[in-house]
Amino acid sequence: MSEQTQKAELDPALEQRINEIVAEKFAELVRTDQLALAAARSEAKPKRKRRRLALVASKGTLDMAYPPLILASTAGAMGWEVGIFFTFYGLDIINKRRNRNLQVAPVGNPAMPVPVPNVVGAIPGMTAMATKMMKGWMNAARMPTVDELIQMCRATGVQMIACSTTMGVMKVDADDIMDGMTIGGAAAFLDFAADADVNLFI
Amino acid sequence: MTTLPAPDHVLDCSGTLCPMPVVRLREEIEKIAVGQVIKVIATDPASVNDMPAFARNTGHELLETVKGPGFYEYYFRKTAEEDE
Repeated sequence: MSEQTQKAELDPALEQRINEIVAEKFAELVRTDQLALAAARSEAKPKRKRRRLALVASKGTLDMAYPPLILASTAGAMGWEVGIFFTFYGLDIINKRRNRNLQVAPVGNPAMPVPVPNVVGAIPGMTAMATKMMKGWMNAARMPTVDELIQMCRATGVQMIACSTTMGVMKVDADDIMDGMTIGGAAAFLDFAADADVNLFI
Repeated sequence: MTTLPAPDHVLDCSGTLCPMPVVRLREEIEKIAVGQVIKVIATDPASVNDMPAFARNTGHELLETVKGPGFYEYYFRKTAEEDE
């Protein structure tokens, strides 16, 4: 007991020195920590990965042109990287000569609201009627046209790729494809799609 | 009731459906300055989920959501450039 008391009395100079060293060390640690924290903060922001959407548009009817274009324009608006591969009849969506005349097929489409048997859809003129009807609904709902949606996609940097095989098979010239599109093949699309967060075949 | 932020800009998307509110908001938010507040008016019921999703995906801050009779108001604050 007395030894301890004596020891404590002997140490004030040493204790002060220890305190100084500890304080210095502590200040240094805080400094390093703050620097590391600041570095982590500045790194954390650009770390957020840009999301990617890869779509295959394979249908050439009016009703099937909308889903890929709506998803693509929305993803583009949210800063995603987007690519749409237009293949087979889907190529019509970006075909200048055809994309203003995309049709709705009443035959084999039991969702048609016309209160007539489906077979009536096969009568000449029914496709035009069904198409006119859908365009009317779209217009009434203030939905953009296919053309307008494509322009919105372009405005957000959506990559639109025309399938070269389809072009060859269906005798579509590069001149028939809308401006701002590229012509590509399956390998390039797969390379893009392999790193996508969302992949859809429509 | 909380005080709503004073908007610097107003975007009226009433009567339009998905994807228009999101697409138009993106167009407008690009034109305004960082830190400014834009109020979006929408009637599309999908906007209730779409607007928070837009905020999460772009980093722009959704400050307040107001549900009115038959319409919604969203207050966004533009943040610095979107991350790559």
